Amino acid sequence: MSKVSLAVNAKNYTVDADPQTSLLTVLREHLDLTGSKYGCGEGQCGACTVLIDGKAQRSCITRVNSVAGKQITTIEGLAREDHLHPVQQAFLDEGAMQCAYCTSGMIMSAVALLKKTPSPSEAQIVDFMDGNLCRCGTYSRIIRAIHRAAKTTESATGKGAGQ
Amino acid sequence: MSAKQHVGIPLEPERYELRAASPYRFDLDRRDFFKFLGAGIVVVSVLKPALVAQESGGGNRRRGDSLPQEINAWLHIGEGGKVTVYTGKVEVGQNIRTSLTQAVSEELHVPTDQIEMVMGDTQLTPFDMGTFGSRTTPTMNLQLRKVAAAARDILIGIAAEQWKIDAQHLVAANGKVTDPQTHRSLEYAALAKGRQLTETLPAEDPLIPAANWKVAGQSTPKVDGRDFVTGRHRYPSDQKLPEMLYGRVLRPEAFNATLVSIDTQKAEQMGATVVRDGNFVGVAAESSTLAEAALATIRAQWKSDPQLSNKELFDYLRKDATQAKDPSGDGDRYDVGAVDQALGSADYKLQATYTVAYIAHVPLEPRAALAKWDGDQLTVWTGTQRPFGVRGQLAEAFHIPEDHVRVFMPDTGAAYGGKHTGETAIEAARLAKAARRPVKLVWTREEEFSWAYFRPAGVMDVTSGVRSDGTITAWEFHNYNSGSAGIRTYYEIPNQRIVFHEVTSPLRQGSYRALAATANHFARESHMDELAHAVEMDPLEFRLKNLKNDRLRAVFQSAAKQFGWGKAKAAGQGFGMGGGYEKLGNIATFAEVKVDRTSGTVKIVRVVSAFECGAIVNPDNLRNQIEGSNVQGLGGALFEAIEFSNGKILNGRLSQYRVPRFSDLPALETVLLDRKDIPSVGAGECPLIGLAPAIANAIFDATGVRLRALPLVPNGLKTS
Repeated sequence: MSKVSLAVNAKNYTVDADPQTSLLTVLREHLDLTGSKYGCGEGQCGACTVLIDGKAQRSCITRVNSVAGKQITTIEGLAREDHLHPVQQAFLDEGAMQCAYCTSGMIMSAVALLKKTPSPSEAQIVDFMDGNLCRCGTYSRIIRAIHRAAKTTESATGKGAGQ
Repeated sequence: MSAKQHVGIPLEPERYELRAASPYRFDLDRRDFFKFLGAGIVVVSVLKPALVAQESGGGNRRRGDSLPQEINAWLHIGEGGKVTVYTGKVEVGQNIRTSLTQAVSEELHVPTDQIEMVMGDTQLTPFDMGTFGSRTTPTMNLQLRKVAAAARDILIGIAAEQWKIDAQHLVAANGKVTDPQTHRSLEYAALAKGRQLTETLPAEDPLIPAANWKVAGQSTPKVDGRDFVTGRHRYPSDQKLPEMLYGRVLRPEAFNATLVSIDTQKAEQMGATVVRDGNFVGVAAESSTLAEAALATIRAQWKSDPQLSNKELFDYLRKDATQAKDPSGDGDRYDVGAVDQALGSADYKLQATYTVAYIAHVPLEPRAALAKWDGDQLTVWTGTQRPFGVRGQLAEAFHIPEDHVRVFMPDTGAAYGGKHTGETAIEAARLAKAARRPVKLVWTREEEFSWAYFRPAGVMDVTSGVRSDGTITAWEFHNYNSGSAGIRTYYEIPNQRIVFHEVTSPLRQGSYRALAATANHFARESHMDELAHAVEMDPLEFRLKNLKNDRLRAVFQSAAKQFGWGKAKAAGQGFGMGGGYEKLGNIATFAEVKVDRTSGTVKIVRVVSAFECGAIVNPDNLRNQIEGSNVQGLGGALFEAIEFSNGKILNGRLSQYRVPRFSDLPALETVLLDRKDIPSVGAGECPLIGLAPAIANAIFDATGVRLRALPLVPNGLKTS
């Protein structure tokens, strides 16, 4: 056991954990942030996706000591008070879920994608999101949700620039 | 011609679902009811006696002052106007929490956000056999509509009494009863205040005809969708209690192994609670990391007998069936006409064998349970399609009465027929009992692959006879092991012999979305294509020639039109269809494939589905279910197969077992046929069954290669 300092959703935490522990375990067990999900433990399904310094990473295969001092964002840190992130809103608007167990990871990956590529083509979405599994098969809706979020963000930014 | 007809083939439920435990006693009596719920109005839904056996698995059992056993749902309107509906059904992503809320909202005239659905809690909700077989929409949806309609009439009645006017003049809308003459109105809250009214459902409540539905029939977003996009919803694996420990189970080296010797000393020294009880070995510790580390120190020796591998599977299935004492005498057969004579006189005779592999459900949330003991009272939170069944299993495992066990099912990360059983709940409860603290157990993906159960593998032998004009005259169909769902043909054939052969499965098998209808439709609809080619007829024309059922004809014709059946194709391109009738729904699926014979790549380019399930409750959710069925169906059709040898699963990880991803997604088009004159039925399963044969037939169309085994192209399709 050792002390690890973490910055999660703009809050600082010190946790007492084996440095080899996965970030996912620390988020879920130590910080009770259960929005990030376990699906496979080998980085194959994307249900555990979080942002580390803005990049989508699989928290189940990320050791907690490797992210000390970095900015970690989980699904719980995406909305601003009552205001959903555009990607969250787009998933709701498109009904892009069934059991929704994959949804946290999908949304986090989509946020990272849109940060890098604000108006992705369908091929770019498929390519970037291919590591995220939805076993209920809502892929076409998720693609639509990402397009929708891209449009909302674009128009919001457009407005912002004009002011 | 003599017709010997057996009606023994059950449409539903499938045989492995009949293992549901016997019916249970009811938990609340009338007085407890209001003590628990608070004053107000309660309407209970009572099943008709004929339905009791079907839906709850038992007969009448009344006792003293309790409510009748046949209750299967109830609705409470509290003094504050809040509507709470109690049903034993559960939510696993099929979105029934929303569709049932819609049904109540429509009949009771209350906005959906004032309705709470309490689901799958064995202490609070009436007994329910389980959420499977696409039963929720045709049964529970209808019953809740009736309950809500009755509650509305009670509220109108109370208002009429207060105002001393005829109830017929009053209108219920938006949570209020209004008198249109005087414009006075009373909120439901005011009408329920101070009352303790219980009403058992009047039989002849008028329901709103589907054509006049306002909320139901429209697309309503997931009722608690916000909790899912913010990560706030707690799935079974997210549950937490103070003082909770984390459990892990030691798995044997092979199926059916027995424990010979074990050394758990190190694990105990690490501070873990270690349980050895027969072949069960598990640990519980303060963190999952410690539990895993402790488990890794346990040294165990197992003994097991040699077991079958997937390479020998299909020979075994046929052989085991013929060695059974009475190979076809279990009633699972259907005979009409004289098949052998008809085959003898047919212009063309065709014989072919089709196979399907074992596949895994792979729900993204693996099995999980949190168990807590208070003395001999056990509470378990777990993801299961049969909370009452799991309650029975727990009671049996721990030798306690069922009323000492409460099973609670938080909305779960999918199941697809794969979460009917309570093994994880029992394991967590066993560990919690030893540790004297609550224990949560979440299976690893590897455990989920190896220690759950699979969709049955199967062999289908088809022999058929057809006249040169395309009339099918004889049909003999044998299914070994995979199941009897969807085994009967809907084509008009005068001479038929259809037999299901039960086999001792080498792997643990059970329900999977659409059950054996996937296998049986794959065989039947592939064979239909082969017959069409044998008599040189267009596959659509050939089907329609032998099909009288109007609803099925309609879906085939609608899908064909949308697809553009008959259009010209390019090199490597192929078109195919498959369809059928299952769980009272009708589906036709048309697929376009592109095959690259050099690389072996088979790409499913486009899938058109036409579906009809009676009156449509929620069109957007229905499309979601159909699209999801097609995506999930792609895996079993193209590449999913469990490999096993000597009691071990060889590809039990997501890096080894391929499931459909974004890059596998075809263009999906859905045609919905809304039959407002026909009661709604479920849609979570039927849409799956047309896809595999549509793809197989399209691959044949593109290449001339006839593939008769699912998965069709686990390693691509190269020119040999």
